[in-house]
Amino acid sequence: MKELLSGNEAIARGAYEYGVRLASAYPGTPSTEILEYIGERYPEIVAGWAPNEKVAVEVVAGASYGGSRALAAMKHVGLNVAADPFMTLSYTGINGGLVMVVCDDPEMHSSQNEQDTRNYAKFGKVPCLEPSDSQEAKDMIGEALNISEQFDTPVILRSSTRISHSMSLVELSERKEGQRELGLKKDPVKYVMLPAMARKKHPFVEQRLKDVAAFAESFAYNKVIMGDTSVGIISSGVAFQYASEVMPNASFLKLGMVWPLPEKMIRDFASKVKKLVVIEELDPFLEEAIRLMGIPVEGKNLTGLCGELSPEKLEIALKGKSSAKSIGSIDIELPMRPPNMCPGCPHRATFTALKKNKVYVAGDIGCYTLGALPPLGMLDNCLCMGAGIGIASGLARTLDDVAKGKAVAVIGDSTFFHSGMTPLLEMAYNGGHSTLLILDNRITAMTGAQQHPGTGFTLREEPSVKVSVEKLCESFGLKRVITVNPYKINELQKIIKEELEVAEPSVIIAKAPCALLKTGRVLPDKPLRIKQDVCTGCKSCINTGCPALEFVKIDVPEPGKKRKGFSRINAALCVGCGTCLEVCKFGAIEEAS
Amino acid sequence: MSQNRVYNVLIVGVGGQGIILASDVLGKVAAKHGYDVKKNEIHGMAQRGGSVSSHVRFGNTVRSPIIKMGEADILLSFEQIETLRYFPFLSEKGQIVVNDQKILPPSVFTGQQEYPNDVLERIMTKAPNTIVVNGQSVAEKIGNLRVLNVIFLGVLSKFLDIPAETYENTLKESLKPKLVDINLQAFNEGRAMVTA
Repeated sequence: MKELLSGNEAIARGAYEYGVRLASAYPGTPSTEILEYIGERYPEIVAGWAPNEKVAVEVVAGASYGGSRALAAMKHVGLNVAADPFMTLSYTGINGGLVMVVCDDPEMHSSQNEQDTRNYAKFGKVPCLEPSDSQEAKDMIGEALNISEQFDTPVILRSSTRISHSMSLVELSERKEGQRELGLKKDPVKYVMLPAMARKKHPFVEQRLKDVAAFAESFAYNKVIMGDTSVGIISSGVAFQYASEVMPNASFLKLGMVWPLPEKMIRDFASKVKKLVVIEELDPFLEEAIRLMGIPVEGKNLTGLCGELSPEKLEIALKGKSSAKSIGSIDIELPMRPPNMCPGCPHRATFTALKKNKVYVAGDIGCYTLGALPPLGMLDNCLCMGAGIGIASGLARTLDDVAKGKAVAVIGDSTFFHSGMTPLLEMAYNGGHSTLLILDNRITAMTGAQQHPGTGFTLREEPSVKVSVEKLCESFGLKRVITVNPYKINELQKIIKEELEVAEPSVIIAKAPCALLKTGRVLPDKPLRIKQDVCTGCKSCINTGCPALEFVKIDVPEPGKKRKGFSRINAALCVGCGTCLEVCKFGAIEEAS
Repeated sequence: MSQNRVYNVLIVGVGGQGIILASDVLGKVAAKHGYDVKKNEIHGMAQRGGSVSSHVRFGNTVRSPIIKMGEADILLSFEQIETLRYFPFLSEKGQIVVNDQKILPPSVFTGQQEYPNDVLERIMTKAPNTIVVNGQSVAEKIGNLRVLNVIFLGVLSKFLDIPAETYENTLKESLKPKLVDINLQAFNEGRAMVTA
């Protein structure tokens, strides 16, 4: 019996079946569920969240050096963080099979850029496999581990949002343990990358790439499917599925290994078709490599460089128009429905307090990035994980005379542990008058509530250390570290004002659990109510952006009143956090009786 | 009908309405019935009140995990304006099932934009055989608002060729034992709403 699994479930299953003994990751859409499933379902695998992707890859390298098969998982930008160990791991090679699952996000459904991981495979000179459904995702974990051990190399398995989050049928098998002997082996020439050793390893890396390319010619997942020879399509991943949906009769070279490439196979395929087209998402990675072989090929001139592909996009690119007979559209202006901070979210309270201080906010990555959207509109930049603190420090130290005390940074607790500690150390070390707000909601929230080193629990919900953000900041030598309850908006606003004025760096920790968390709950979970006759319709509460609030317009003017409407609370959504109550100047909001 | 008839069901609505669970169950049902199945949704920010769509495809062989624009056989919408957002996905012969509910997006509840008031009329004009269901009132009658998604699974089941017992067995296997009875009731209430 086959099971319906998502790509991420299948990757986790693959880790189990192919004898992975350790898995490490930092959460990041669309990769998060891989480690969650390993944690939930496969106790045979040692698994845990790492504070960031660099650490995850290093932990995995350690397991591999000791002979264990190991897996690291991350989203595409996570590999930027892990690029340092990754690039030299290519030189040391591995002992137990090592696979890095990297999930790209074409269309940026939940990401800040659209980088193409295949470039990293080329950059690091390591093989890259790319599955096109869940069965292949599972099988290719096994292939990646075998290739890793056969050629002494880390291997990237490139997934994408549509592979990781699509479900398809998968045949399951039993677990087989890896074959390597476990133990500590001294081999400095292989593992100690001093210049003298690294110089010996570089030629090995170049030869290895040639060896894997030769292997790719007979790799079972590089497949030729001959059909109509007027057009030959080279494709991989989900793009292959779209292409075969749209051009079911064409000839295909489906690549399961997208780096290095089987040149002979490509030449042979090209010689059998009249026209050669590469269908790939994001960069012209295969296309350029094939053109370098001297083979005429089309690709990005048809499909474009930006965004993800889809069956209709591809059909229009290849055939000029879509064959589908759509019912059409109903053309009226629709209000957008962007994601929003939840009712009761402590970040909304913090931003509401911050807004009153008229500051410039260097943002970061997490649920609080949504604070950039109206009506809060509070973030002024958002670059990458951990960047806000350094940016605020740079702004504060160069604009001291122009904008004294106006540049602040906000960062979440999980992001702080990920990559916020080192920039804070810089701020403490080099001075500057920035104020940092750590929005400590006791969880990695944006990716769906994962534990981290500050929560006191591990991936498998086992008790662990509970790192204190306060003590950590104090240990950097910072003198002004203040913990506040964000829902006390008026008090928080005053504290922010004071800290902006002092001539030294300060940290305000706005601490309250994520409104979706069931544990450690501080929210009353009792709805508030608006006294309709008292409400002046000033919209102060509405401008916090809480989804539990609604502005009701009044069409016919009321006698003796100027208001154009009044606010109402949706009792089904309100959790009673009190943010609106704090901002109401007219005492119109009360606890529901 | 071609040899490889692929059924395309697009389920849309707002994060938190149980859309992903409904499409998970539908995918399992189709697999149990012996079909090849692919299913996809974007759920990175689904919990935060964003627009959610889930594509479920089944047949002898299914390639793409997403439905080609204009080829959805059924558009099952849990919210009025979300129906319009995904309307062009529906084939000209397609069937719409829509929940008679409005969930106001931020720009509307903050008074910046209007929620269009004639959504259902516009849908009916373009697709007269549309079925409008007041899911909330059915869920209230059953006594649990969270069964909304399973009520619509029941409605949907009347338009597909998979026997009701396959859905019932899948629900029994997928749900916690204490939730089985109320969901089976919801499923059958949903089925009873379509007299075809």
